[in-house]
Amino acid sequence: MKLESNIPGGPIAEKWTRHKFELKLVNPANKRKFTIIVVGTGLAGASAAASLGELGYNVKSFCIQDSPRRAHSIAAQGGINAAHNYPNDGDSVYRLFYDTVKGGDFRAREANVHRLAECSNLIIDHCVAQGVPFGREYGGLLDNRSFGGAQVSRTFYARGQTGQQLLLGAYQSMMRQVAKGSVKMFPRREMLDLVLVGGKARGIVVRNLITGELECHEADAVCLATGGYGNVFYLSTNAKGSNVGAAWRAHKKGALFANPCYTQIHPTCIPVTGDHQSKLTLMSESLRNDGRVWVPRQSGDPRKPSDIPEAERYYYLEEKYPSFGNLVPRDVASRNAKRVCDDGLGVGTSKRAVYLDFADSIKRIGETVVSAKYGNLFQMYEKITDENPYKTPMRIYPASHYTMGGLWVDYNLQSNIPGLFVLGEANFSDHGANRLGASALMQGLADGYFVIPYTIGGYFAGTKLEKVDSSQVEFVNATKESKAVIDRLLSINGKKTVTEFHRELGHITWENVGMGRNKQGLEKAISAIPSLREEFWKNVKVLGGNGSFNQNLENAMRVADFLEFGELLARDALYREESCGGHFREEHQTPDNEAKRDDEKFCHVAAWEWKGDNKAHELSKENLEFESVHLMTRSYK
Amino acid sequence: MSEQNMNLTIKVWRQKDTQARGTFETIKLSGISPDMSFLEMLDVMNEQLMKEGKEGFSFDHDCREGICGMCSLVINGLPHGPDNLITTCQLHMRKFKDGDTIVVEPWRSAAFPVIRDCAVDRSAFDRIIQAGGFVSISTGNAPPASTLPVPKIDSDRAFDAAACIGCGACVAACKNASAMLFVSAKVSHLSYLPQGKPEKQKRVLAMVEQMDKEGFGNCTNLYECEAACPKGISVEFIAKMNREYMCATALYAEKVYSTDA
Repeated sequence: MKLESNIPGGPIAEKWTRHKFELKLVNPANKRKFTIIVVGTGLAGASAAASLGELGYNVKSFCIQDSPRRAHSIAAQGGINAAHNYPNDGDSVYRLFYDTVKGGDFRAREANVHRLAECSNLIIDHCVAQGVPFGREYGGLLDNRSFGGAQVSRTFYARGQTGQQLLLGAYQSMMRQVAKGSVKMFPRREMLDLVLVGGKARGIVVRNLITGELECHEADAVCLATGGYGNVFYLSTNAKGSNVGAAWRAHKKGALFANPCYTQIHPTCIPVTGDHQSKLTLMSESLRNDGRVWVPRQSGDPRKPSDIPEAERYYYLEEKYPSFGNLVPRDVASRNAKRVCDDGLGVGTSKRAVYLDFADSIKRIGETVVSAKYGNLFQMYEKITDENPYKTPMRIYPASHYTMGGLWVDYNLQSNIPGLFVLGEANFSDHGANRLGASALMQGLADGYFVIPYTIGGYFAGTKLEKVDSSQVEFVNATKESKAVIDRLLSINGKKTVTEFHRELGHITWENVGMGRNKQGLEKAISAIPSLREEFWKNVKVLGGNGSFNQNLENAMRVADFLEFGELLARDALYREESCGGHFREEHQTPDNEAKRDDEKFCHVAAWEWKGDNKAHELSKENLEFESVHLMTRSYK
Repeated sequence: MSEQNMNLTIKVWRQKDTQARGTFETIKLSGISPDMSFLEMLDVMNEQLMKEGKEGFSFDHDCREGICGMCSLVINGLPHGPDNLITTCQLHMRKFKDGDTIVVEPWRSAAFPVIRDCAVDRSAFDRIIQAGGFVSISTGNAPPASTLPVPKIDSDRAFDAAACIGCGACVAACKNASAMLFVSAKVSHLSYLPQGKPEKQKRVLAMVEQMDKEGFGNCTNLYECEAACPKGISVEFIAKMNREYMCATALYAEKVYSTDA
């Protein structure tokens, strides 16, 4: 398939301005004639629903939780980047753009990234106006902190709850539109299928999670803002309910899935304690501002961390990367943690952990200041581990956190299916092979507040849309197919629970498609996942019926999707014979173990097309051109 | 780290749907590690139930790190269980001991109907926010962020209130099922900030009116809400809301109700 990225012409800094002018407009009185479905109510979905409602469109918003305020964006801790340059330390839109392209290891689309950097300042302005209580200095002006992958302080924050406060801002704006009638809210609904009429996205089928009823909803366009697929690893920092379902169903209806192998393993999470573990908890990257990462130089050192003298500690990030130190990008920090643990230097009972030590900062700025900055994170750590991080170093280890891959979209955030737009983490476009800290919030809100309101208008103004009705055959068939899947799941009555399958899948993906990947492991995953999937459809136990609140059934459907998606993840990782960002192929590394790209063969987006059950995906490529930031080897030394 | 594993008796509230009569079911569990979270213990329980061919116990949960506000269990009579400043998902089994009986119930309030077992419907909170829990700013209207300095003390106070996660533990803890702590947190968050001031009278009147409509009770100053709140929201905000409500009633009610939303 030929992929049209629809990147506007002209110099990089003028593309978005020019494009906004060239996009056709829908006049205010006509907007109310269009209905837009927005699936997901995280930062991207809620901001899109609010902004589109404000413009006068009819918006129908869907989420799986009991309230739109609970989407997992709420758990983002550290901050949101913007190029305001308030600290006067040399930041600019261009530098934010540059850092993001470089941080993404030259696998993102330049034009999208520049637009993101341009929107960053508008986001801060808008969120402040909504009443988001960002951290301030005593003079009353906004404070900034540093984050990985940048040498300027450009991260705005709201204590350790930035995602929560930004999401509540977007949620409140959306609630305002609900009160006005322009947004209609459908909570506790899960999207089961995308409905195409005449090749265009014209509606969805959802399951009402309370009654089990399958509902059809028609629209003129569908926006998916359904987040990432990190739960394919079973253990991740994602919410338990986070899933790939909506994106995967759209994929099976023809939307291309791009770069699934770009997964982010976050370096600072609380380590696994046992088999009962149901999820992993992130400790914000902002902690690396004041915490120092180290392991004992001697393998198996039995002493308490405080008893180990300075000279016998290995501050591996500071030693290997003197200019960025503890603030190297996430992929680099994670891989180094894995490496020291592989070398037998890990700490804690599992030996799969490193120390994140605040003793020096507490000495330098005092416990009160440290507590004001990170108090909620320290409390969270103590509740989980029963250890006091003010007194003893935190133990941390990398965990699956964010996924850069997602449904392929053009510059307008439109997938290859006309009328299907994909926003936020669910699309693939802005972070390349590695996302820098504090950039996910920025992208979700940029897409929802400042991009989709323009580009969706261009689509409506330039497209002829016939009226559709849910009694049409396309809707009826989609509902029938979804019903058949549910009936099949309920009729198996096997021996293994859904969670057992999910845990097994997670074991396969984490071991073979996790932080370090190689041909042998990937081939193993590619053969193991289909057998597990086959077993699932023969031997899974799903209890209860369809006609009621049934969390077991919800979970079974999500895991069924992951069992298909996991295979594509491994296949994409096998295809990409290079290392870049979060995708580390052990065969492709420099002598000092850094990722080694192959720009000649792989400077492209790999977008995969579904060809049917048990048929190979078909690959399409979008070549990436780097006109402004020239291809080079990333170095943080 | 982990000491000895525990044997426990769990009494969970089972209710088929909103209309059905609920009842307690007693389940014996063994080998529970003190390092498990409370919800992981329930996961183990559900796996055991399903292996026996019984439907799992329904409860809401999502982020499992204390921020989404989805989890909502009354444990041994206490919303979010026997620990301070945490949600149910952050409660760990080391708070219990071998041989304990643990009683698990839903949030109980007429305004939060049970959907199934311990999952309840909290959409009343969304409707209260819809009534006025926002700043009326549309995308594109914002002035530059640095034009309006906000005293750090106000900004911090606003944050203390904004930290509310909307879980509803305050309602569950209150003998009147009052939502005053939740409503006052949003009213205070926005009225401490200059951006929220222009609408403050209208906001407090509309939100309180909606709160009453939803069937929440009144505050009789027992402060159970503050004790149960996982985010430590202070009852001082209730006092602030009461002051604002009085001022608004006295001075602005007529004006507010005649203006368009």
